[in-house]
Amino acid sequence: MPELTNKIREVARDLLQQKKVDLVIGFARGTTPMCSTPCFVRQDGEVNGLIWDSFCENNLAKYLVKRSDKIAIIAKGCDARAVVELIKENQISRDQVVIIGVPCQGMVDRGMVRSALEGNEIQEVEEKDDRLIIKGKNFEKVLNRNEFLHPSCKVCTHRNPVIYDILVGDTVKELDTEPYLDVAEFEALTPEEREEYFSKEFAKCIRCYACRNACPLCYCQECFVDCSKPQWIGKTTEASDTAIFHIMRAFHLAGRCVECGACERACPMGVDIRKLNRKLTKDVKERFDYEAGLNLEEVAPLSTFKPDDAEEFILHP
Amino acid sequence: MIVESKDWKPKIVAFLCNWCSYAGADLAGTSRIQYPPTVRVIRVPCSGRINPFFILASLQHGVDGVLISGCHPGECHYLTGNYSARRKFVLLKSLLEHTGLEEGRIQFSWVSASEGVKFAKVIAEVTEKVKALGPAKKLVKSKT
Repeated sequence: MPELTNKIREVARDLLQQKKVDLVIGFARGTTPMCSTPCFVRQDGEVNGLIWDSFCENNLAKYLVKRSDKIAIIAKGCDARAVVELIKENQISRDQVVIIGVPCQGMVDRGMVRSALEGNEIQEVEEKDDRLIIKGKNFEKVLNRNEFLHPSCKVCTHRNPVIYDILVGDTVKELDTEPYLDVAEFEALTPEEREEYFSKEFAKCIRCYACRNACPLCYCQECFVDCSKPQWIGKTTEASDTAIFHIMRAFHLAGRCVECGACERACPMGVDIRKLNRKLTKDVKERFDYEAGLNLEEVAPLSTFKPDDAEEFILHP
Repeated sequence: MIVESKDWKPKIVAFLCNWCSYAGADLAGTSRIQYPPTVRVIRVPCSGRINPFFILASLQHGVDGVLISGCHPGECHYLTGNYSARRKFVLLKSLLEHTGLEEGRIQFSWVSASEGVKFAKVIAEVTEKVKALGPAKKLVKSKT
């Protein structure tokens, strides 16, 4: 990946030097291994702080909302889709943002890597092609990065940015998986089994709202969980309160969720949040033939309708 | 604690749009059509006005069933409110049932102002379905 890093720095330097943008949002090395962190570069002398590796997992589109300056953003497939949605929802204008697309091979889940090392402290991680070379005190281990991808990356169908002004690196082959296989498997369970699964998941939730804060498309001025007049939802971790919180959060993202998995990665308790979002994504695709964030023209499915939409769920229609 | 017994009557909240279903319910009443006394009607301007939170809050506060009823497609007083509602609620219903809510807890119908008979039929049917499901247990807020 050093080639990509160099190219990103070059592009960022050009943009800043030519004053085409005021700010470049990308990734910098984190304070610990496998922890790349979002980075804001305003001067061309700072571009060497930018990097690209297998741990650039945040969705940077989150930082575009409510900005008035001109911004260049380093965008993976999912970031680019989120940018498209934000443009469509008038949160940022297309001319305000320069999208530096980076085809993505999937990001590596550092939690999974850590658990594969059985508690050994990692001091350094190097990347060569598909290999992760992990070094620590008195040990060195080589892992195949493709076995440690984030769950959202494993089912990603848009690794190449759908929209970009500048593309860095070569496009990658899209995954050839059956879409929504995971959802179909879960749907096949009985309602009781599904309820049991979700009760267990929701019971972990501590209502910290990290999922909301990490989501690039959760940008409401006043979120429904903060709203107190009327207060629709209790603020406790009582079972029905958390269940309703998660259901409504997912529902607010119906037809908008770009499946970046930022919510799940941000969750400190490991709640399987994407299970809800994926179901809605599948429903929206099947019913309304719409996938979020693929182009700037299509109208969002819940902003429009067709007179002949299916209505098999209506009693005696 | 609600005791399940033979003469247990479910509590059903019905959100009825002002222009069609509410008038339909009114017609059922003025026509002296009999239907089960299980529904509590809440009049809303349009089925498109119904916030999904209305449904979830109802369930959380312990109703056994929720019915949403509006104008037939193409007959909305505000032209397209029921079309938007249809898209919204099909997703909500599907999501709730995905999380394990019993099918039939929330139901939808179109009842026009002239369909008093249909209103009575819908209420009878919804009541029967909810009765078969028994008292609601899922998403109900536990009392501390």
